[in-house]
Amino acid sequence: MAHLAPGTPGGSDERVLVYDRISSNKRQTWLMMLIFIVVAGGFASLVGYIVGLPVAAAPIVFAALIGYAMFSYYASAGVALAVSSAREVSKQDEPDFYRVVENLAIGSGLPMPKVYVIEDSAPNAFATGRDPQHAAVTATRGLLNKLDRAELEGVIAHEMSHVGNYDIRVMTITVVLVGVIALLADLFMRWTWFGSGSREGNKDRGGSAYAILLVVAILLAILAPLVAQLIQLAVSRQREYLADASGALLCRNPGALADALEKITADPEPLKEANKATAHLYFSNPLREHDSFLNNLFSTHPPVEERIKLLRAM
Amino acid sequence: MPLLIILIVAVLVVLVVAIVVMYNGLVRSRLRVREAWSGIDVQLKRRASLIPNIVETVKGYAAHERQTLEAVTEARARLQQAGTPAQAAEANNQLTQTLRSLFAVAEQYPDLKANQNFLDLQRELADTEDKIAYARQFYNTNVLSYNAKIETFPSVIMANMFGFQPSEFFEAEEQAREDVKVSFSAPPAPPPPPAANG
Repeated sequence: MAHLAPGTPGGSDERVLVYDRISSNKRQTWLMMLIFIVVAGGFASLVGYIVGLPVAAAPIVFAALIGYAMFSYYASAGVALAVSSAREVSKQDEPDFYRVVENLAIGSGLPMPKVYVIEDSAPNAFATGRDPQHAAVTATRGLLNKLDRAELEGVIAHEMSHVGNYDIRVMTITVVLVGVIALLADLFMRWTWFGSGSREGNKDRGGSAYAILLVVAILLAILAPLVAQLIQLAVSRQREYLADASGALLCRNPGALADALEKITADPEPLKEANKATAHLYFSNPLREHDSFLNNLFSTHPPVEERIKLLRAM
Repeated sequence: MPLLIILIVAVLVVLVVAIVVMYNGLVRSRLRVREAWSGIDVQLKRRASLIPNIVETVKGYAAHERQTLEAVTEARARLQQAGTPAQAAEANNQLTQTLRSLFAVAEQYPDLKANQNFLDLQRELADTEDKIAYARQFYNTNVLSYNAKIETFPSVIMANMFGFQPSEFFEAEEQAREDVKVSFSAPPAPPPPPAANG
């Protein structure tokens, strides 16, 4: 810890680092939107071509996607909160949790974010928003019940670091842009399997439609790893390590943050409202079936043991 | 000949740009310090505004503890008169100490300890103390970065030219510092002897 304390000349370097992170995150958000428009637009145009739509449809597709990307820039935080069933709370509702957030906002010099609670007994937390002025910090009921105050401060300090360096912008927009591709891929795959099993009767019409669906399914299968790669880009493990380090610096208690991680990992309950699109937002990976191929592909969090080890060494 | 003029002009332009950038950097840093200070100031004012209430409440149950109560009121007045961060820090630390003895005294009055109003105020004060600690942390980080800037080359030249003064830190009270030391597992070692052959 000693080498991280702002009492040393390293303090000013730390601030410079934060400014670097902010501009890098803003760049990444633009990149994410661009990649999304090109990939999704290209894919949709290709499908349209196969289906036999006129070429003139392509510009409309791209315009719609650009509109969707712009919409997601402003609305993605609301979407992320809604799909997680988070409810906004006031200081009267949750005085202790609210005060912890207030204190850490003061300590990091950030405006007070909105405070949300998810009624789920699995302990976890996330932060979202497009910038610190429009940020929201969310904790599950399980987190508030199972952690003591110092541990809660550690977790919220980690989340406030995500807020301060604009991690939340990239992470949240990923939910809406890339998450929707993952979701569509999932949906399409299932639809294709379902469709192939039935309707043996109308073969001539069903045959060509089936061929199209097969092509789409194959394209999606190619696309899926790319999507996973995009999520990796947004939620590099580096980002979590960095939030751990600056969170520890903020709450002055890396041990409590490590304790919180241990408690959360040891908790056997899975988070009900988490899915592949929102998993990377959370403090600790909410998806429990760790060993499946898909989860390794989508693995967004560094191994907990490694995070705890680093925090204990501070 | 025109090459020389271009060279001189280029050097001048670079110099002016460097000066503007450095000056703006210093101003921005100083502004951050002032903003961070107002963060502490808000909490100090809130703390001071809670004191009359708590003094009144305690008076209702323990009027004869006049000395303790007066010490708190006095410390509050000093906090409100403080002009510089260092004075405010000193007055605030004094207020913390007098409040500590006030709450120690309150321990002897079961009725007072059961008073809801007293409990609420006590919690509010504890919360304010936490917030002052966090605001201090943010303020001192900013002061450190600003002071480092005006004391290091090349911005030190600008700082001297335009009269940028170093800012004061908001110091934690001695007690708090000792508390931090206790949390380390190693026993408090005597300070290392100065290097003899330095």
